[in-house]
Amino acid sequence: MLNTAETSSGDAQARVLVDFDRVDLAYDDTGGNAIEDVSLSIREGEFVAIVGPSGCGKSTFMKLVSGLKPPTQGNVVVDGREVSGPLKIVGMAFQAPTLLPWRTAMDNLMLPLEIVEPYRSTLKQKRGEYEARARSLLKTVGLEGNENKFPWELSGGMQQRASICRALIHQPKLLLLDEPFGALDAFTREELWCVLRDLWTEKRFTVVLVTHDLREAAFLADTVYVMSKRPGRILVRKEIDLPRPRDLDITYEERFTDIVLELREHIGRIRKT
Amino acid sequence: MASTKPRKDAWAPWVFTAVIIILWQAICSGFTVSEFIFPSPAAVVKSLVEFAGPIADHAWQTFWTTVAGFGIGVGVGLVLGFIIGSSRFMYNALYPLMIGFNSIPKAAFVPILVVWFGIGTVPAILTAFLISFFPIVVNVATGLATLEPELEDVLRSLGAKRLDVLIKVGLPRSLPYFFASLKVAITLAFVGAVVSETVAANKGIGYLMMSAGSSMRMGLVFAGLIVISAMAMVMYVAFAMLEKRMTGWATRGMDSKL
Repeated sequence: MLNTAETSSGDAQARVLVDFDRVDLAYDDTGGNAIEDVSLSIREGEFVAIVGPSGCGKSTFMKLVSGLKPPTQGNVVVDGREVSGPLKIVGMAFQAPTLLPWRTAMDNLMLPLEIVEPYRSTLKQKRGEYEARARSLLKTVGLEGNENKFPWELSGGMQQRASICRALIHQPKLLLLDEPFGALDAFTREELWCVLRDLWTEKRFTVVLVTHDLREAAFLADTVYVMSKRPGRILVRKEIDLPRPRDLDITYEERFTDIVLELREHIGRIRKT
Repeated sequence: MASTKPRKDAWAPWVFTAVIIILWQAICSGFTVSEFIFPSPAAVVKSLVEFAGPIADHAWQTFWTTVAGFGIGVGVGLVLGFIIGSSRFMYNALYPLMIGFNSIPKAAFVPILVVWFGIGTVPAILTAFLISFFPIVVNVATGLATLEPELEDVLRSLGAKRLDVLIKVGLPRSLPYFFASLKVAITLAFVGAVVSETVAANKGIGYLMMSAGSSMRMGLVFAGLIVISAMAMVMYVAFAMLEKRMTGWATRGMDSKL
């Protein structure tokens, strides 16, 4: 299974990390499928965005990738293995920061390490090392000096930065983001795009970003998938061939707006049907 | 007011209480109300001083039966709340039963308890327990059951077991609910103990009031009321302070909706 995913060139970048083969998922026997006939593969280190009208099963897609739900039909292969339970190689962040209010930013970041192996059993001995890692992660997202603040002492944007750090602290191969910037104001959102871009450029994990925001998808992703209304199907796969590193200025260039308009057209067509 | 943290309106309850007492005294003196019907504050204080020894004795009995019943209530309430709050199935199975149980007036249990355990301390403890555990169950269960699904996803995707989620997130999250319920439960426990004492005991403030009432010593009856109320208030304040200390994070800046 693992070998077939490897390309002939042997390029490590091209190894397939996530592979969906004609996947259906129904939440119960009566309600029909939440997503249907989804096939796609995500390369290691690829930044994928999934866009679509609300209720199209984007979040369902996340549950499948993370192993929280098994598919009703078809196969989901992640990291060379068929998914049959929680994966532990993923980090997740959502629209709500979901930080624990009784923990400081630092302690919130440590939470995944208290759960996932091998950190769980080595946390006592290596606490200092892990805290240093958390501190440097917080520094990369511009939260230096806020380690001992409680969530309610941080602004919404800062909480979301901390939430993304929490998703990355255990160095997951796969970062799943479910509309992480949806609740932020436009300026903070664009600032965090750049934070995410820089984190990804530095660490090169694989990202699946679910979003409503077409500009966000076009700015950040390598590949954008457009999903249909429920039952969610993949309608369009669009490679974003803008050069990297991308700067915010690019969002005002014509080649960028062309891409956004094209995506918009697809979404518009779905909404009409 | 030698308060450590002066607040502008800290004097308000004291002044209001003083006004009520003065009004009470004025009505009793002004209309020459019989002391056998409605004793004046002065008469109540007189009884308090005169019977200070026996009152303290009975008050101690009521206090420790209440605290014992409350203690059992906390234990049982925590366990039941944990069970109900952590499993949807148990929630569905037990919750209707709990509601049904809670709607029975607890005074109705006293005769049964007397048949089982005889007159005295045990029925008082058990009544205090029966009346006080319910709010704890409901609050702990609510705290556990209202866990954010996203947060659960975050943890479960890391391979967290149910118990991990409960210990790392569920329990700390339900603590503010738990401590809030302690305040309610301790005052209810006093109600339970005193109700039981008035019916089936030969010691305790409830018994004292009952026997003083039957010999028409209304000053003493009212003194008993005031002693109960004072004890309950002290305990309430103690638990309110404990709550603030333990779960200050829950009341400060919750605008981010957790």
